[in-house]
Amino acid sequence: MSEKDERKDAMTRRQFIRKGGYVAGGAIGGGILGASISQMFMPTAPSPSPEISKTKNEGVQKADVERYNQALMFFNKQEDFKVLAQASERIFPADDLGPGAIDLDVPFYIDHQLAGAWGNNARDYMLGPFYPGIETQGFQSHLKRNEIISQGIARIQSVSKENFKKKFTELNEQQQDDILAAFEKGKVKMKGVSSNDFFTLLRMSVLEGVYADPLYGGNRDMAGWKMKGFPGNQMSYLAQIESKEFLEIEPSSLHSHIASPKK
Amino acid sequence: MAKTLPKVDVLTVGVGWAGGIIAAECAKNGLNVVGLERGGNRNTEDFSMIHDELRYAIRYDLMQDVSKETITFRNKLDQRALPMRQLGSFLLGSSVGGSGVHWNGHTFRFLPYDFEIKTKTIEKYGKSKIKDDYLLQDWGITYDELEPYYDTFEKTCGISGEPNPLGGKRSSDYPTPPMKNTVITNKFRDAAKKLNLHPFSLPSANLSEAYTNPDGEKLNACQYCAFCERFGCEYGAKTSPNITVIPTAMKTGKFELRTHANVIEIIHEGGKATGVKYIDTLQGEEFIQPADVVVLTSYVMNNAKLLLVSKLGNPYDPKTGKGVIGKNYSYQLTPGSTGFFEKERFNTYMGAGALGQVVDDFNGDNFDHSNLDFIHGGTLVVSQSGYRPIASNPVPPGTPLWGKEFKEQSIKYYTRTINAGFQGASLPHRDNYLDLDPTFKDAYGVPLLRMTYNFTDQDRKLHEYLTKQSEKIMKEMGADTVMNIGKLVDYNIVPYQTTHNVGGVIMGDDPNISAVNNYSQMWDADNVFVVGASAFPHNSGYNPTGTLGALAYRAAEGIVKYSKNGGQLV
Repeated sequence: MSEKDERKDAMTRRQFIRKGGYVAGGAIGGGILGASISQMFMPTAPSPSPEISKTKNEGVQKADVERYNQALMFFNKQEDFKVLAQASERIFPADDLGPGAIDLDVPFYIDHQLAGAWGNNARDYMLGPFYPGIETQGFQSHLKRNEIISQGIARIQSVSKENFKKKFTELNEQQQDDILAAFEKGKVKMKGVSSNDFFTLLRMSVLEGVYADPLYGGNRDMAGWKMKGFPGNQMSYLAQIESKEFLEIEPSSLHSHIASPKK
Repeated sequence: MAKTLPKVDVLTVGVGWAGGIIAAECAKNGLNVVGLERGGNRNTEDFSMIHDELRYAIRYDLMQDVSKETITFRNKLDQRALPMRQLGSFLLGSSVGGSGVHWNGHTFRFLPYDFEIKTKTIEKYGKSKIKDDYLLQDWGITYDELEPYYDTFEKTCGISGEPNPLGGKRSSDYPTPPMKNTVITNKFRDAAKKLNLHPFSLPSANLSEAYTNPDGEKLNACQYCAFCERFGCEYGAKTSPNITVIPTAMKTGKFELRTHANVIEIIHEGGKATGVKYIDTLQGEEFIQPADVVVLTSYVMNNAKLLLVSKLGNPYDPKTGKGVIGKNYSYQLTPGSTGFFEKERFNTYMGAGALGQVVDDFNGDNFDHSNLDFIHGGTLVVSQSGYRPIASNPVPPGTPLWGKEFKEQSIKYYTRTINAGFQGASLPHRDNYLDLDPTFKDAYGVPLLRMTYNFTDQDRKLHEYLTKQSEKIMKEMGADTVMNIGKLVDYNIVPYQTTHNVGGVIMGDDPNISAVNNYSQMWDADNVFVVGASAFPHNSGYNPTGTLGALAYRAAEGIVKYSKNGGQLV
């Protein structure tokens, strides 16, 4: 099969699967769930729900309006946020494949996560005493994630000024990479944590922002998923699982899954 | 002052698979049962937002909140144990259904060899085959004796599968046909056949078709949506206690599920438990729940911890080798190979938790160990449970872990990678055990459980052997590049490996070296049953839930018997 044929084939399948996605999504959105979905009904669910299709369309339109949730919950200085953004972009840069961290709204994702439960280690064991431990015993710092990231961002800026007499945001890409590589290798002195721990945390946060459901504020317009070929939230692959060909499926997010809270 | 509640016939500490099975069977037999569960309730309708990798797979929404309770860990006796501050190597469950909610659904039977491992090893290879300090012991039950209980559990779950050509005898077929095959699973099946191995479909608790179990509980057919592992099923198509044994128990009218009840102590006197003390974590008050029979059905860690903090049973001491509680803690090995394919793209994003093919040729004593310096083995599985984009960034060896090249390669190989993974058996060692930590405490002031664990020489040799096998099969599958999971080094509690922790309250036929008999009844307290993978004297090369379920059905039978006649059942 030529590449062109493959694409054409994928398109028809894509439409087919999208339709299938609406169907199952409709059942869930309408509040008819698991136990009450008839066992006979499940594999060959008919007619899409018009209500859900509407929700979905609204979602698409909203992409063009102002993104009011794009402001800072955690960082105080816009300069720090810029350093975070540019470091994130070096970790996941824009290229021919598609957008990088900044265009995917990853810096906002990270800022918002740092302000919440995860940034404050709400579900981690944070009682003392604290001892350094060995590598196999895992992370033992008394610092919270948001303390580690803000310290790390400040250190990126200070290392940049020490080495290049410039702000991190004024450096060229190679210089920025060199600084980040020093953090990755654990060569930068930090308090209560190694620079490698900081870098690992930052890198993981960037990947989360690229690929988490857009509900968290990153992965703008599911572009992270589109680049990777991950179709997101699909209700069923029952009809496709045995396919011998690779299928490109238009992604769908959890937003397509939610019922209107109105009466 | 804790308030004392009216006495019940049976109480379970924890309501997952073990607690649910005990509750259903005891209640069906007319006993009044209370299930004390530290977490909240949840069911199929709680999983409508489940297709969320970040929330469930990365942030572990369904797992234990370790801010309240965790374990401490060290590799060796002379180290200071430190708290596992974040989940990592294994994912402890919590709330109604326990890990039975977020499991993948691989539902195996252990081999006949496993239950008589010591006897059979000596018979075939002589005494010297078992090295010093390995606490290998028989289970006090044979495969044939346990077979009817496996059968019951598989029917409760509606397991989809086909017989393991190298497994023990089965009294009946799997209740539902095997799951479908995909390009990925077929590739493995074909390669295995070419190498004269015996592939078979992974026994799956994601069901190939709709099914009604013998208790009348209805299960749906799997949609292959790829959100199984670490997730609950929004279709009711992955068997869990919540859609089988717990509703079955409820229907009897004899079961009360009490959530947010965190048990902190077993109260006992003269070799008998009188009940438990628990904290209602919503009210913030302590209660005493008296019972004729106390059944510990929490995870491996808390089963051991509760006995230790309650000073019930004799704690194991690695220096003298005496005592039993905390002994034989075992884990598993996870060697394997990743294949990178240049010419093909696979639908890696589709799948089901237990969609896969298995070979058992390198497990147990299914191959000759005469010239090998280890015993046992592992199962090799290629499963297609669905690669998720945050966690799945496979790159060939030597690729940087960030930047332009990482982005290109991780995107390219996301759909061009297949993993073949072993679950290697884990044999008990004198120095690997569980006890109480002297320093760290949980949110209720109770000491944390301390785990002392490292991989052993046996593990390193077995790991190396299994890696060679996975590499060979991955090459046969046609991978352009094969990357192996490297040499086994010290056990590290950070990277996820497997949630197949076993042992600590092990079964056997000798009270000197085991804590419970083959009904999971404590030798030291007739009315205390400790049910779960905590009873496994070693871990086989399989997922543990099938065996856990079988042992729970047997324990339930024992509890019903005990309630009538009392005394030791064995």
